[in-house]
Amino acid sequence: MTDAILQVRNLRVYYGTPGKPVRAVDGVSLDIGESEVVGLVGESGCGKSTLGRGILGLLPDGARADGEVLYDGRNLVAMPPKAVRRMRGPELGLIFQEPMTRLNPLLRISDHFRETLEQHEPDLTDAEVKRRSLETLGRMGIPPTRFRQYPHEFSGGMRQRIMIALALVLRPKLLVADEPTTSLDVIVEGQILALLADLKNNFGTALLLITHNLGIVAESCDRMAVMYAGRIAEEGPVREVFADPAHPYTRDLLRSTISLDTTTLYSIPGAPPNLIDPPPGCRFHPRCPNAMRVCDQLEPIEQRLDDGRRVLCWLHGPSERIPQGAGAPLEREAIGVADEA
Amino acid sequence: MTGTSLRTYLITRLALVVPMVLILLTLVFLLLRVAPGNPIQAALGGHVPPAYVHQIEHRLGFDKPLITQYGDYLWNIVRGNLGTTITDNRPLSQIIKQNGAATFELTFFAMLIAIVVGVVVGLIAGRYRDTPVDIAGRLFGVIVYATPPFFLGLMAQLVFGVWLGWLPTSDQASPLTQALLQTHTNIFLVDAIWDGSWGALWDIVKHLILPATTLGLITAGVFIRLTRINVIRTLRDDYIEAARARGIAERRVVFFHAFKNALVPVITVVGLNLAILLGGVVLTETTFNWPGIGHELVIYLENRDYAGVQGIIVVFALVVVAVSILVDFLNAFVDPRIRY
Repeated sequence: MTDAILQVRNLRVYYGTPGKPVRAVDGVSLDIGESEVVGLVGESGCGKSTLGRGILGLLPDGARADGEVLYDGRNLVAMPPKAVRRMRGPELGLIFQEPMTRLNPLLRISDHFRETLEQHEPDLTDAEVKRRSLETLGRMGIPPTRFRQYPHEFSGGMRQRIMIALALVLRPKLLVADEPTTSLDVIVEGQILALLADLKNNFGTALLLITHNLGIVAESCDRMAVMYAGRIAEEGPVREVFADPAHPYTRDLLRSTISLDTTTLYSIPGAPPNLIDPPPGCRFHPRCPNAMRVCDQLEPIEQRLDDGRRVLCWLHGPSERIPQGAGAPLEREAIGVADEA
Repeated sequence: MTGTSLRTYLITRLALVVPMVLILLTLVFLLLRVAPGNPIQAALGGHVPPAYVHQIEHRLGFDKPLITQYGDYLWNIVRGNLGTTITDNRPLSQIIKQNGAATFELTFFAMLIAIVVGVVVGLIAGRYRDTPVDIAGRLFGVIVYATPPFFLGLMAQLVFGVWLGWLPTSDQASPLTQALLQTHTNIFLVDAIWDGSWGALWDIVKHLILPATTLGLITAGVFIRLTRINVIRTLRDDYIEAARARGIAERRVVFFHAFKNALVPVITVVGLNLAILLGGVVLTETTFNWPGIGHELVIYLENRDYAGVQGIIVVFALVVVAVSILVDFLNAFVDPRIRY
């Protein structure tokens, strides 16, 4: 990966009061290259969605962000909200988990497109607006005959196609898709994913795909990042991560998937930590089968592996930073049933 | 694609009016008939010879069987004949034309004030939720809603009429204006504009301000609360966030997307509140000595003139029905999901 279009540097997003904030995203760095498809996976509540929204500056009231989101040489976190707003649409797009309620029920599909195009390209003629809208909708499989219809006349899958078209009509360089198929049935899910996987070919758009579904990542992503408790545990090319997961959490996450050969379902014991008061040291140590003594004392240091992967785990060193004798297995009580989610 | 078009919806809605009106008319008829005592006797006063009472009863058809009376009553309404009052022998059509115009003027401006105040204060309060503006708006809404119209009216008369002496406290216009004004529509305000007599217009507006504000503010309280809560709700809606994600300007997100959606339920409640407003009209007209049909209704009620009472209540009922249809039509035009 040479030319990153978006660089996230040490991004932190905190919710709530300054005294006891929820650290939803806690020092995340991530690069996304031109036309690259990056999968972002992790359990519910690990900060995936917050990271996705934080990139676009779309955080709820009361959230505070610091760090850097560099796009085109500018730091979005430090930019005035109005300037970030102007970039949403033409530069950065976002599609959501729930397509049923994402279109204004009082407006026709055509109104949504006209509004979006006129907001960012006020000089367009009506004919041009219509041509570009229909062209983008057509690529998403929505026929021109339905352009003047209202949102309630479409199914969930079709609404998600419309949402994707609405995001792509301005040709953004990066599209963040926040669990875009979670609320759709499997057939429709496949269709939507095929559309998203084709983005780089059809539109040259990079994609950050936030999902629970590891199968989707394996199939359609170039690189993947595994998030745990507000941090990226492991990040690298999909092939390498799947073949040989470097972080114990990634390994357990991959083991938890179901395939035709699955006889017993594996689950990671325990529950994701509370982000107001996360465990000291490595945040995964209470659930980690390989935890060492160092893991509950010192925060792990990011290591780069030979194949270009990044991993946040003491198993990969640096060994000189592990105190004498702290490489021994961590002794602790067994995880009680009550601690499991 | 939904099955029915807008036109089918409107026709269905209109057809439903027939049973609705029939039930209403029947209720008015029965309610007045079950009231105890002989209404003719009561209306004419205590010491009238029985022969004369029978004569009046016969003339008005009250000696016929109830079912025949009911049939006659419906048939007369269909022909547009609402009857004649017993006490002063006035045709109801004349009452509607003369007093109805005054009531229309008052109700129209009261509703206008209610909608403007209610929606504007509600939108601001909802947009700036939990700020001092919001708290002041809510407090204002509760106070005007909880205050009875006659009390609010009396206070307004005291402050603006008596202490400050800015505004008249009674009647629709000064005697001079009433004497000079040419009648075109019976609505004073329209007649004054028609003739271009601006002095008269100013006089009429001054008379209108206190009663219309008194009547309007009662309903404004409901609109403030409803608009506010709807704005708060729609601002959290998913399509609002989606519009922001497309970089739509914040002002447009709030004013166009959120406010428009927030006002859909308000339209319905505006219609429903007309019934409450017509109740308030009776009190307000009496307080301000306003020569409308609400004022007349009180007089006929006191005199137990139930031909007058029945006629006026039927008119009120028909107005409420007409407005409810109007509201349904408006809703269907604004919200495409309503056309079932």
